[in-house]
Amino acid sequence: MTAPLSESGAPLPVAHLSDDDARLVAALQAGDEAAFEELIGRDHAGMVRLALNYVQSLAVAEEVAQEAWIGVLKGVGRFEGRSSLRTWIYRILVNTAVTRGRREGRSVPFSALFDAERAPIEAAMDPAYFNSASQHWATKPASWEGEPEERLLAGETRSRINEAIAALPPAQREVITLRDVQGFGSDEVCNILGVSESNQRVLLHRARSKVRRALSEYLGMEPAPA
Amino acid sequence: MSEPSELNCKELVELITAYLEGTLPADERTRFDAHLPHCSGCRNYLQQMRLTIRTLGTLSEASIPPVARQRLLSVFCDWKAGR
Repeated sequence: MTAPLSESGAPLPVAHLSDDDARLVAALQAGDEAAFEELIGRDHAGMVRLALNYVQSLAVAEEVAQEAWIGVLKGVGRFEGRSSLRTWIYRILVNTAVTRGRREGRSVPFSALFDAERAPIEAAMDPAYFNSASQHWATKPASWEGEPEERLLAGETRSRINEAIAALPPAQREVITLRDVQGFGSDEVCNILGVSESNQRVLLHRARSKVRRALSEYLGMEPAPA
Repeated sequence: MSEPSELNCKELVELITAYLEGTLPADERTRFDAHLPHCSGCRNYLQQMRLTIRTLGTLSEASIPPVARQRLLSVFCDWKAGR
């Protein structure tokens, strides 16, 4: 495809972008409201959710997201396509939220400060589930094979999972929200949060392990350890 | 008895995210795969983790509230008028 042209006729630096991102960037730069509407429809709610990790209230998280969108509009003319458009937008959101959180006196950023080498060890499962000699299961996890899909997708199940996410340490909450709820890849999450690949994986592992346990307990499928 | 190179269940549980991410070194991946066929507990755990991840993927917010949408569209108009 041909690169979109700027007003002066020079090709814009969007060579690495997906067709979809290139279309959205060119449309935004041209002042196309429909393109903006498409973007806010796709990302705004998720941005507010992420911003809530950094600030006190939903109202402030909304303000942070709005401020980030203003940053997106002001910055789109300089967007170079070194990441996907969505990653770039979320980076602006995180920067905005960190600044705002600091102003509110909150200690941020969370995940960028996490160091798996120094953090206390957190076992995915209580050691009591394993035979202390062989380290094989003493109490085996149950099969969820018979769990009806509707039960996993039911509103009540979803609220329990949301509660489990809300109860996570902030750095774990950030990573699992971006990865598993919002569907970013690991390289994108590292880019958005400024966290290394291995630290990102440890945070994701700890978060998923806790959410699995919460879900299992809610489903009545988590046996008590022997 | 397990062979010395075989993973135990406790180790497997801690490697599961690296396994699902595809970042396990080849030798560990082989040990992981070799453990599963004869361990229903670990197969169940892996299945639970996959279902947990899939369920997490259904939580994403459906849409932007109309009030926020209106406010952002006026932000857009201001930006467009002012540049």
